[in-house]
Amino acid sequence: MEPIISAKNVSVYYGKKQALKGVNLDIPENQITALIGPSGCGKSTFLRCLNRMNDTIEGCRVEGDIIVDGKDIYDPQIDEVYLRARVGMVFQKPNPFPKSIYDNVAYAPRIHGLARNKDELDNMVLASLEKAGLLAEVQDRLHEIGTSLSGGQQQRLCIARALAAQPDIILMDEPCSALDPIATAKVEELIEELRASYTIIIVTHSMQQAARISQQTAFFHLGEIVEVGKTEQVFTSPQDSRTQGYITGRFG
Amino acid sequence: MSFLPLIISLLAMCAAGYWYGSKKALSSHSFAGQQNAGRPHLYGLYVVIWGVIPPAILLILWGVFSYSSIDVSGGIAGKIDKVVFPSLITVAAILGLTLAVRQISPNLRARKTVEAAVYCVLILASTLSVFTTIGIVLSLLIETIQFFEKVPYQEFFFSLNWSPQMALREDQVGSSGAFGAIPLFTGTLLITLIAMIVAVPLGLMSGIYMTEYASKNFRATVKPILEILAGIPTVVYGFFAALTVGVFFRDVGTFIGLDVVSESALAAGVVMGMMIIPFISSLSDDIIMAVPQSLRDASYGLGATKSETVINVIIPAALPGIVGAILLAVSRAIGETMIVVMAAGFAANLTANPLESVTTVTVQIVGLLVGDQEFDSAKTLAAFALALTLFAITLCLNVIALLVVRKYREKYD
Amino acid sequence: MTDIQNQTNKAGWPTNGANKILAKRHRTERNFRRLGLTAILIAMALLATLLVSIVGKGYSAFIQTTITLDINFEQEILDPKDTRSPETLKAASYGSVIRNALRTEFPEVKSRIELRRLFGLISKGAVQELRNAVLANPKLIGTTRAFELTASDDVDMFIKGYISRDVVEQDRRIKNNEIVWIDRLQNQNAIQTRFNTRFFTGGDSREPEVAGILGAMVGSLYTLFITFIISFPIGVMSAIYLEEFAPKNKLTDVIEVNINNLAAVPSIVFGLLGVALFLNVAHLPRSAPLVGGLTLALMTLPTIIIAARASIRAVPGSIRNAALGLGASKQQAVFHHVLPLSLPGILTGTIIGLSQALGETAPLLMIGMVAFIVDIPGGVTDPATVLPVQIFLWADSPERAFVEKTSGAIMVLLSFLVFMNAAAVLLRKKFEQRW
Ligand SMILES: Nc1ncnc2c1ncn2[C@@H]1O[C@H](COP(=O)(O)OP(=O)(O)OP(=O)(O)O)[C@@H](O)[C@H]1O
Ligand SMILES: [Mg+2]
Repeated sequence: MEPIISAKNVSVYYGKKQALKGVNLDIPENQITALIGPSGCGKSTFLRCLNRMNDTIEGCRVEGDIIVDGKDIYDPQIDEVYLRARVGMVFQKPNPFPKSIYDNVAYAPRIHGLARNKDELDNMVLASLEKAGLLAEVQDRLHEIGTSLSGGQQQRLCIARALAAQPDIILMDEPCSALDPIATAKVEELIEELRASYTIIIVTHSMQQAARISQQTAFFHLGEIVEVGKTEQVFTSPQDSRTQGYITGRFG
Repeated sequence: MSFLPLIISLLAMCAAGYWYGSKKALSSHSFAGQQNAGRPHLYGLYVVIWGVIPPAILLILWGVFSYSSIDVSGGIAGKIDKVVFPSLITVAAILGLTLAVRQISPNLRARKTVEAAVYCVLILASTLSVFTTIGIVLSLLIETIQFFEKVPYQEFFFSLNWSPQMALREDQVGSSGAFGAIPLFTGTLLITLIAMIVAVPLGLMSGIYMTEYASKNFRATVKPILEILAGIPTVVYGFFAALTVGVFFRDVGTFIGLDVVSESALAAGVVMGMMIIPFISSLSDDIIMAVPQSLRDASYGLGATKSETVINVIIPAALPGIVGAILLAVSRAIGETMIVVMAAGFAANLTANPLESVTTVTVQIVGLLVGDQEFDSAKTLAAFALALTLFAITLCLNVIALLVVRKYREKYD
Repeated sequence: MTDIQNQTNKAGWPTNGANKILAKRHRTERNFRRLGLTAILIAMALLATLLVSIVGKGYSAFIQTTITLDINFEQEILDPKDTRSPETLKAASYGSVIRNALRTEFPEVKSRIELRRLFGLISKGAVQELRNAVLANPKLIGTTRAFELTASDDVDMFIKGYISRDVVEQDRRIKNNEIVWIDRLQNQNAIQTRFNTRFFTGGDSREPEVAGILGAMVGSLYTLFITFIISFPIGVMSAIYLEEFAPKNKLTDVIEVNINNLAAVPSIVFGLLGVALFLNVAHLPRSAPLVGGLTLALMTLPTIIIAARASIRAVPGSIRNAALGLGASKQQAVFHHVLPLSLPGILTGTIIGLSQALGETAPLLMIGMVAFIVDIPGGVTDPATVLPVQIFLWADSPERAFVEKTSGAIMVLLSFLVFMNAAAVLLRKKFEQRW
């Protein structure tokens, strides 16, 4: 099957400093791809290339091609605003807007003009909350401020907020690292459910998490992809000694 | 012996004491090898402290004495004032110095004493600001109470008529003047409002552009340029308002057939707004900067444009801080003096028409106090009542603003 | 959770419909951005207008028109008894000498009214110039020399082009016959324009053409000196106490809140405090730099304290600990190590506070520094005025020529401020430390 995202020879510079060195990666549709690697190796940087979030950083330069759904997203024709609606993003720390739960989820439909009227918007918000598995918990407090939720709920709210933009692809940068084990389990369960309709790329520091939920794993080291393949394969018989060292906990 | 020579001789004595104390400590053989004796200059300071404290206490007593017996010229009190105190002070200083010098020995813990004295001085210095506030409140309050003994407060706060000019003879009709401050308050309000209409959009938009759009280089050049506006003395703005802007508005008015006086509230307000722009822009700049990057990321990650992010996320999140900044700016505008003294009118007009001339609280304070100096007249006292009102209003605004801003900072720290 | 499975939500790349919405959003974005840029441009344009209007009005203050006349230093008039004693020479009537010179130059002018106008071409200050020349060189007496005299303000304004010939005569301060005289003098090359030294060396005057700012500058200097010696040590000591020694208690809290509020109290209120405290209670002399300086010191104190505290706070704790670890007392650590390191920052804050004090006017009006003072103050208790108040006074004067003097004085004041702020910036740059 044709990969939905294919990165070719991607290099990223922050000013003079090179953070990614010619990375190649194909990401198949409706699968979960995990990006692992030691801190500072460029996982987040790579993730941020995929929806051009790097554009918002002054002095950041991206080279190489990234093809999403058949188009080079760094083509000047491509509208990064639209791209980001298609390629949603969930961050490490839950970052709900200081607005009501409803307004948080309705944010993307409103700015993108997805709903024609109030009813449609209501439906969209409820459907997104439902998909994020949060609806039951917040049904009767939709107009409370989003920051009043617990950490795990906040992170699922952020996922719901991303879903409401109706993306095809969701990027997650260590979505569980600020959560306790129970909340983590819930979010993981949610991610697995979402796989059916979305392509998910997740950065994680937890080997177990990567092994549990992902189908494909890429191992980053010092700005390069050292190893990429089926998750079982990477974890059971890594080809590269650095990968082996990392997953067995010898460095990283 | 008058004041200045006395002080100079005291200082000279202290210097001598310092020199002698240090020398004695240095030369004394028993100091060699003493570990915790401290360095000789500490002994010098030790001597100085004993040379300063006794005369200082006496000096304060002297001040109190000469203030309380101010009318008694000549006589016993005059003698005490002129002769007894200065000589007492000199004797006290000499005694203190000699005693301290004699105490110098390796066993003396000079550092402890010196540090205690330094500590006291530090505390005294930092309480000065509190005493300044107390001084402001007391001085304004005393005169204001006197004012309200002459003019009922109902008139001051509720009457619409302000004409403090006294008639020439006491027994003339209306000799007490009229002290209804409402027109001053409305005038102040009108000019402040115009200033805010100019400054808030310009300042806020500049602040937003600086934080969200401008490149580092743009910021580094433009920000200092805008800050120049804040550094220009208000008297310069006043001159500009009176001579350039006021005349310009009048001419434009004539051109389009409007009657604009050259001392219009509009001119003063616009120029005051101009002065406040950098104030608002740099405050809102700080406040917008404090909005966490994660909120911006979240919004951009959902495909929002910068303007959508600013309007829907950043401004709502920064709103308390921005409101605080605006309150501070309002309090500035209310208390601003020179621009209105030079560019607004002196006549108390009760009007909301920005093309007419109005007067403000500060203008009247200046008008009432500059020039004649009869101190207990209602006219002069009125200035203090106005100033107290001004002080109270700006204080409230500042306290609220500081609280709001502090709350806001805590939220994102 | 069933609808997840059967929903296929591939959005694909934008269709035309979506493009329209996107185009609109981008338009809004561009407009918003433009709005921000416009705001900045407006603010800068306002600043430019202010500066241009000041410089445009004020540059001519540094130029002075003079008229060269053949002055006959008649012995009869100046020193009839031939004593050459300084007293006689000081008291002599140089005015008559000037008037005679004008009469010889324009013999046709006869009527009293016309003569008065003729004499009015020369500034009243010219007498002083002749007197100084003669006192410096008594040999002049008995000779006739071409001598450059300061022209009156009206002539000065006319030569500089501020008074137009095209205005009807009765609305014009320079009348037709005066124009004829001036033209004649100009044809003889008797009218020159010179750098106006007197503007920098003279005190205030009712005559614009001889008014100078030296008195005000000296007054500002004295005032600022007092402000500095009071507010700097006290400000630094407060900052040290609050940052390094103060226990966290109610009193410290009160002091903190109080300093922040004091920084925002309108300056005119400090003026009233000055009146009540220094004039009414302490009976210090009115209009004196001493009182002005004290008042401004109270006003500047919060600025200095806040800056000094920030600067002290920026010194890392490791330096204190290092000193304490070597057996220094807390005070020694602070005075020997922390204070020297934070001094550049404190000085920067102090310069900025002082530059605010230098531009301050309102509180000084209150304590009476608005008097008309001709003499250059000789000490901090002499009556004086300061530069901004001088500007205020001149701005209030009706004579046209004071407009340029005012603007000129503003230019001088602004250059002082630029200089001080540049010094502050340099200081900060030079000693900027990244811990
Ligand atoms: N905004 C930035 N400016 C400059 N350098 C950056 C920036 N963001 C990241 N870097 C640098 O790029 C490199 C890769 O950073 P990145 O955030 O991608 O690492 P990471 O793999 O996500 O690490 P972690 O697991 O700690 O999140 C790092 O060396 C980092 O210092
Ligand atoms: Mg990362």
